[in-house]
Amino acid sequence: MIRLERRPQASRLWAAATPLVAVALTMVAGSALFGFLGKDPFISIRTIFWDPLFGEFAWYYRGQLLVKAGPLILIAIGLSLGFRAGIWNIGAEGQYIVGAICGAGVGLAFYPAGFWFIFPLMIVAGAIGGFAWAMIPAVLKVWFNTNEILVSLLLVYVAEQLLASVSLGLLRNPDGAGFPGSRNLRQYEAASNAEIIAGTGIHWGVVTALLAVIFAYVLLSRHMLGYQIRLAGASPRAARFAGVRPNLLIVFCLGAGGALAGLAGLFEVSGPSGQISIDFNSGYGFTAIIVAFLGRLHPIGILLAGLLLALTFIGGEAAQANLGLPASAIQAFQGMLLFFLLAVDVLASYRIRLGSPEAA
Amino acid sequence: MKTKLLAAAAISLGIAAAAAAQEKTKVGFIYVGPVGDLGWTYEHDQGRLAVEEEFGDLVETVYQESVPEGADAERALTQMALGGADLIFTTSFGYMDPTINVAAKFPDVKFEHATGYKRAENVSTYSARFYEGRAVIGHIAGKMTKTNRIGYIASFPIPEVIRGINSAFIHARKANPDVEFSIVWVNTWFDPAKEGDAAQALVDQGVDVIMQHTDSTAPQAVAKDAGIYSFGQASDMATFAPEPRISSIIDDWAPYYIARVAAVMDGTWESTDTWDGIGPGMVEIGEMSEVIPAEVRADAQALSDSIAAGDYHPFTGPINYQDGSPWLGEGETADDGVLLGMNFYVEGLTGDVPN
Repeated sequence: MIRLERRPQASRLWAAATPLVAVALTMVAGSALFGFLGKDPFISIRTIFWDPLFGEFAWYYRGQLLVKAGPLILIAIGLSLGFRAGIWNIGAEGQYIVGAICGAGVGLAFYPAGFWFIFPLMIVAGAIGGFAWAMIPAVLKVWFNTNEILVSLLLVYVAEQLLASVSLGLLRNPDGAGFPGSRNLRQYEAASNAEIIAGTGIHWGVVTALLAVIFAYVLLSRHMLGYQIRLAGASPRAARFAGVRPNLLIVFCLGAGGALAGLAGLFEVSGPSGQISIDFNSGYGFTAIIVAFLGRLHPIGILLAGLLLALTFIGGEAAQANLGLPASAIQAFQGMLLFFLLAVDVLASYRIRLGSPEAA
Repeated sequence: MKTKLLAAAAISLGIAAAAAAQEKTKVGFIYVGPVGDLGWTYEHDQGRLAVEEEFGDLVETVYQESVPEGADAERALTQMALGGADLIFTTSFGYMDPTINVAAKFPDVKFEHATGYKRAENVSTYSARFYEGRAVIGHIAGKMTKTNRIGYIASFPIPEVIRGINSAFIHARKANPDVEFSIVWVNTWFDPAKEGDAAQALVDQGVDVIMQHTDSTAPQAVAKDAGIYSFGQASDMATFAPEPRISSIIDDWAPYYIARVAAVMDGTWESTDTWDGIGPGMVEIGEMSEVIPAEVRADAQALSDSIAAGDYHPFTGPINYQDGSPWLGEGETADDGVLLGMNFYVEGLTGDVPN
């Protein structure tokens, strides 16, 4: 008989190894899936994992990797702070949207002026927008003890309606022949989040994501607040005895997560996406939850996880275009990654024992 | 410095594209939904298959489905251009700016953008006069409703959709002066759950005919359960015939795609703006099922024929704006410029265009 036995202490070895094991298992199961669909499994896996990094057009894809990973990392870092403290912000997608709307709104309000301070002001507005949207679940939780999971999640759908509304009304491009969507910020230099070095994919959002990784690392390992976050997650009761103020922690964690998600939205709308439109959001806020857990809620882990997930997106697109793999197969492939991670995760706190349980 | 780098990048892109060019003409398609949506994307993919059928070994086609409109579309397009595509069709309105951006980097690749209005040296636009088909099924809907309430599931408030609503409404009213329209905006092209909910909401309001400008068959399923009538959208949706689907409005892109691929092959491709209707066959009316009385079928066919022949324009005055002020006088027809930017309802429709 196979059974699971709780380890006296979580295995650090397994905690570090599970992401790698999960990726390996995903490759194996993915190969089987692709083979079943009649594609060469080896070429499929190579197209997804190898070609974007080292293939013929890697010079283009490497930059795109950063473009795709930037917002994922930025949002995931913010979420991980809350997740560590047991505060579950599931609504980063909504904070991302509102940040983008506020930031783009500020930029468009100045159109067509060319002041140098427009873009910095947009960054501030984006962060404030995301922060404010996250304050709704935070304040409700502090005052009425509502469940932040539900409130933050449902606010995503409110934000989507808001996005549709401003795309059709407030921010609609007056020169757009009646079509929904704002002016293209990439064609408005003072508000444009252009690549810092052309062709590399590095824009201000990518730089900010890296700064956020460093900042979160220092916060968690060196700062009192970081200690409190970790303590609150590990043992809420002990945290209270240690003088942690839970309400302050809720406001900080949700607020920081919201502000970073808002920044991600702002950098996206003023850069790669270019405009506010009804379909502007493409799920970064939800995917970032996977990134946060794939990275074990650790800043460096999140950095790597964000790059890995971006790779599956970009490689997955290439596999669609070049090999004719259906989009749903790629989504299933990404789903496997999370599935295996959670499944293998069990090994960190449990070990597998053969034989019947010993009599206690 | 920046511009120099950009220029260098553009040149290297051009070289890469040229090097990748083979004898086969490579044609790419970017789809907004899954090829199995049985609606909009399905018909574009039928067009792609028709191209393969027509040219056999002379072409290679590639496609990418469910591409989000925005930054991801730009990458998907670049990917195809780098992969050696000679001609790329981008089949949704939201791909407009990405198409223009990528086209500027790949001057040797031809692009065709559906339903947009921005063109360039190597970017054509094409669309179909769906409003012609909507006139015909609007007429049928007006004749078939007994409750005098027709439901309309609308996607986004863009001119194309508003045009369709107006055209359908004008002809439903002509067929039945007591008709009222209930319009639900779902803000999506393809979301079976949302579309199904919208259909159910319309059923609850007492409509007995549903028209849709979204791409899934979910409204058909709701109509079937409710025992009311519906129309196939973008593709025939014939699995729901003879009822609830009593007819359909079909987009047939195959002739256009074949013609454009041929033009690339023989070097005669030019940037053009195409807007074809029932006449050239880009819009078709699906088989009218026997549930529709024979004389209604005959009238609808006559209407379709007169539009095809150019004898009748679906927007022929007198037509008033929603507030009752005159738009088109007696016998006057709408010009394409107004139709392309249409963002108002005609008289008789209730509610506002969302904004």
